[in-house]
Amino acid sequence: MTPLDAKRPLQLNAQGQLQHFLSLDGLPRELLTEILDTADSFLEVGGRAVKKVPLLRGKTICNVFFENSTRTRTTFELAAQRLSADVITLNVSTSSASKGETLLDTLRNLEAMAADMFVVRHSDSGAAHFIAEHVCPQVAIINGGDGRHAHPTQGMLDMLTIRRHKGGFENLSVAIVGDILHSRVARSNMLALKTLGCPDIRVIAPKTLLPVGIEQYGVKVYTDMAEGLKDVDVVIMLRLQRERMAGGLLPSEGEFYRLFGLTTARLAGAKPDAIVMHPGPINRGVEIESAVADGPHSVILNQVTYGIAVRMAVLSMAMSGQTAQRQFEQENAQ
Amino acid sequence: MSLPNPAELIRQMATSLTTHLQHRAISEPRFIGIRTGGVWVAQALLQELGSESPLGTLDVSFYRDDFSQNGLHPQVRPSELPFEIEGQHLVLIDDVLMSGRTIRAAMNELFDYGRPASITLVCLLDLDAGELPISPDVVGATLSLSAQQRVKLSGPTPLELELQDLAL
Repeated sequence: MTPLDAKRPLQLNAQGQLQHFLSLDGLPRELLTEILDTADSFLEVGGRAVKKVPLLRGKTICNVFFENSTRTRTTFELAAQRLSADVITLNVSTSSASKGETLLDTLRNLEAMAADMFVVRHSDSGAAHFIAEHVCPQVAIINGGDGRHAHPTQGMLDMLTIRRHKGGFENLSVAIVGDILHSRVARSNMLALKTLGCPDIRVIAPKTLLPVGIEQYGVKVYTDMAEGLKDVDVVIMLRLQRERMAGGLLPSEGEFYRLFGLTTARLAGAKPDAIVMHPGPINRGVEIESAVADGPHSVILNQVTYGIAVRMAVLSMAMSGQTAQRQFEQENAQ
Repeated sequence: MSLPNPAELIRQMATSLTTHLQHRAISEPRFIGIRTGGVWVAQALLQELGSESPLGTLDVSFYRDDFSQNGLHPQVRPSELPFEIEGQHLVLIDDVLMSGRTIRAAMNELFDYGRPASITLVCLLDLDAGELPISPDVVGATLSLSAQQRVKLSGPTPLELELQDLAL
């Protein structure tokens, strides 16, 4: 194994192509645009009678989920199947981990099954990065969400949603609303919007749900909903993450909804053609009113469809980058 | 070695294609160009035929058989077929026929949209280097190149052919 070039991020191979997909941090604009363009092509495949292409035929993809998920897991499965890969999903929280097997042992077993790619979701921040670095440098690792850190495929599907509905990022005002502190989606979205050239990124949240140092992302912080939503083109609502909240951050859910819930009346302050997004699962009456979630501004279900196309793009690009890297190493060894 | 003039080839091809389709009693063919050179040739051919038929475009990147060697083409674009494939007579158009692998990939993709009644293959150039049992029904010219040589088409207007030498 060749030692990793310290200046080259772990996610990119020697030619600058994607070989793992762990975080949007440090990825160049051209690469994000390439992911979106490739996803556009896969979206067309999803509209055909036969929704499958032979690209990853004979490859094996393991979805390893250490944390519960419905949407992310099923859309990753569908993405792999539509690329003709063989795919298995392990809910590790309900398998060997409960029998005492460590993360490393579980993954070494999967490696021995000659998997070409792992899609990993874990409640610890940095888990996917750790696996890519130490466990399986020859196997493409895709981050399906790690702790509070990153959810890069969700970030890219949100970017695809914005680009398809708004045409681009150059003149947009985008507001991210709610539980920013616990949200890996918020982090991935802020990074992606910045990289893609969005000039006005706002976060709206109570002070207790804002992480320290949020300004470093180049965003404007609002604690007042009406002020923050004024004339925005895109509203990204976040789920109130009750399972990550160890008490004391909010007086009550009712109080949160009263101040930060997205209602029809509040949405009226945004641009008339504003779109409303949400990564799901939505808590009706906690962060979003049903009339908004099901209303004409909502593109929440489109996001799910785009999610499959984005995941197909990322899976095929990372597999492609791994192949190129293996060839590069072989040629250098000769 | 001098390369033929694409505009002249297109004129001949239009005549041969008309004869070919008449012979097969095909009255309403559907035209499909393979991105990118094949689309340019198809546009020129439709213009020569005076046809207003919509042109389908095919990007075969997801169907290529060299993914394991070459990976994914970075500039893949959606295929656009503005008509039904099921039961239709298709005219598939490419610029340069070499190994035949692009045509195999294109046919695989087309069959994912439906079962065409027939496919007629039209190519500007046949390099006579087939690796698969695929040959054009209508061809502008057939050339034999050395192993080091390649032909590149630039376009869309004007269409121009250029000889490249890989050894240089």
